[in-house]
Amino acid sequence: MTSNSFRVLPGFRLTLGYTLLYLSLIVLIPLAGVFVKTSTLSWEQFWHIVSAPRALASYRLSFGASFLAALVNVFFGILVAWVLVRYEFFGKKIVDALVDMPFALPTAVAGITLTALYAPNGWLGHLLAPLGVKVAFTQLGVFIALTFIGLPFIVRTVQPVLEDLDPEIEEAAASLGANRWQTFRRVILPLLISPLLTGFSLAFARALGEYGSVVFIAGNMPMKTEITPLLIITKLEQFDYAGATALAMVMLIGSFAILLAVNLLQWRSSRHLAQLAQA
Amino acid sequence: MKLILKILLVLVLAVTAGAKEIKLLNVSYDPTREFYQDYNAAFAKYWKAKTGDDVVVSQSHGGSGKQAMSVINGLEADVVTLALAYDIDALVQHGRLLAADWQKRLPYDSAPYTSTIVFLVRKGNPKQIKDWDDVVKPGVVVVTPNPKTSGGARWAYLAAWAYALDKYGHDDAKARDFVKRLYKNVPVLDSGARGSTTTFVERGIGDVLLAWENEAHLAIKEFGADKFEIVTPSESIVAEPPVAVVDKVVHKHGTAEVAKAYLEYLYSDEGQDIAGRNFYRPRSEKATAKYANQFAQLKLITVDEVFGGWQKAQKVHFADGGTFDQIYQPE
Repeated sequence: MTSNSFRVLPGFRLTLGYTLLYLSLIVLIPLAGVFVKTSTLSWEQFWHIVSAPRALASYRLSFGASFLAALVNVFFGILVAWVLVRYEFFGKKIVDALVDMPFALPTAVAGITLTALYAPNGWLGHLLAPLGVKVAFTQLGVFIALTFIGLPFIVRTVQPVLEDLDPEIEEAAASLGANRWQTFRRVILPLLISPLLTGFSLAFARALGEYGSVVFIAGNMPMKTEITPLLIITKLEQFDYAGATALAMVMLIGSFAILLAVNLLQWRSSRHLAQLAQA
Repeated sequence: MKLILKILLVLVLAVTAGAKEIKLLNVSYDPTREFYQDYNAAFAKYWKAKTGDDVVVSQSHGGSGKQAMSVINGLEADVVTLALAYDIDALVQHGRLLAADWQKRLPYDSAPYTSTIVFLVRKGNPKQIKDWDDVVKPGVVVVTPNPKTSGGARWAYLAAWAYALDKYGHDDAKARDFVKRLYKNVPVLDSGARGSTTTFVERGIGDVLLAWENEAHLAIKEFGADKFEIVTPSESIVAEPPVAVVDKVVHKHGTAEVAKAYLEYLYSDEGQDIAGRNFYRPRSEKATAKYANQFAQLKLITVDEVFGGWQKAQKVHFADGGTFDQIYQPE
């Protein structure tokens, strides 16, 4: 932050000022609104709302399913990114474009489509039903919807790093006697940790806030398949604004804590990498 | 959705400013789509003949509570035609958009047509569902929307409760247990009546749909009598979906006169006939006689006589911590 060190581009004060103004308008003021509205509640009322059994069940589902979905996407995201970067095959451009579809599709459309597919009389649902697997209107359905919307975050953060990765590094590792697993584990993976953490936190945060696709497939049963955003909307629809913002605050604090933890992890891993490079 | 409607409205207003064309926005609940499509055309014709002006009515539909919230948050509805009086009361309490005595302005407590809650079952009625007792049996899968957000679901909930009160000699605890057993059988809670109809009809979920009478008839008309049947229980509730002009909005738009006429015309012979044709129970004797055949006879109770009015029913049953929430409390 020392402003007397030499910079190629001028305008540090102007750009910082603009950054702060922009962040305030877009992020801080709306968030402050949540806190102001919540402050109309007494501490007991607030605690009563946010610790109700139904609210607790919804946090478990929202945070749990989002976490699992992001985790699954980490594994399959690496795979997809790897295939797209390292191999040439017919239709690669189309596959590459398909990855972005969950970004572009209105989430309600995704939700309705997934529900139609996985409902007991749907294309996939009627195949799963005889096996006793129910997807639509269960927690599994929530997880699938969240996995769907999270995939592009991992692929798109890992892909550029893989593209920059020189295949010669792998050859060097091989010539020094590393087998394939060692090459992946000790040479490639450390470089991917930082983008993976970024992708993971993006996918996780996106899944936490997701509403449109989930409400169609979840079934919305209190205590079972009710996500926190739905509980917030339900409260709003009953004109209970303070109650809705109380739940929103719990989500905000929860996700902020998790994102902060991910950032710290990322910071540590990049410092670790830098130390390795110096050694 | 609200934003799109607003933008459309602004665009339409901008384009047609100057032309003698009047715009109205009718914010309604879920199963009235087809009815108001018919009615809007008839009213436009009537108004053209009477005044020479063209009137174009736009419609917006969704769960009744959700629709009320949109209007409170600024959706500029000239008239609201919602599922229950409580949701219009909310416009008074939370938005001060109209006078508190709105229900006195039109005949029949501002409810120009009524409906009730019936059962829609699959053809042949495989689970032999005849009355409310069959709906609460273990193993029967019931589809109904979330009473917190859907007007129809609130009527259905109260209908079941009233039936249980009669059956168990007005024992509230037993009535609660009865309704609890009913909701144990519900696998999906959609936010509005149309969502539940989709779940039941198109997703193939459930043995019985607790439906608005008019919605049940529409489903049969749409999907064929070879797929579904209507079962009328021995007892149900008179649902009185009320209508009101939103004072604040019509003053701003200068549409007070036409909005009032729009609602009053619902009580005319033609309005009543269209209601009957769309499977609402009309108020006028003439239309009632004409459509008598399509409505089964059953014992009908009202919210006022059994539950002491909507404000009280809402507080006891649907507010946070009310009987509906208690059903889902872990034991």
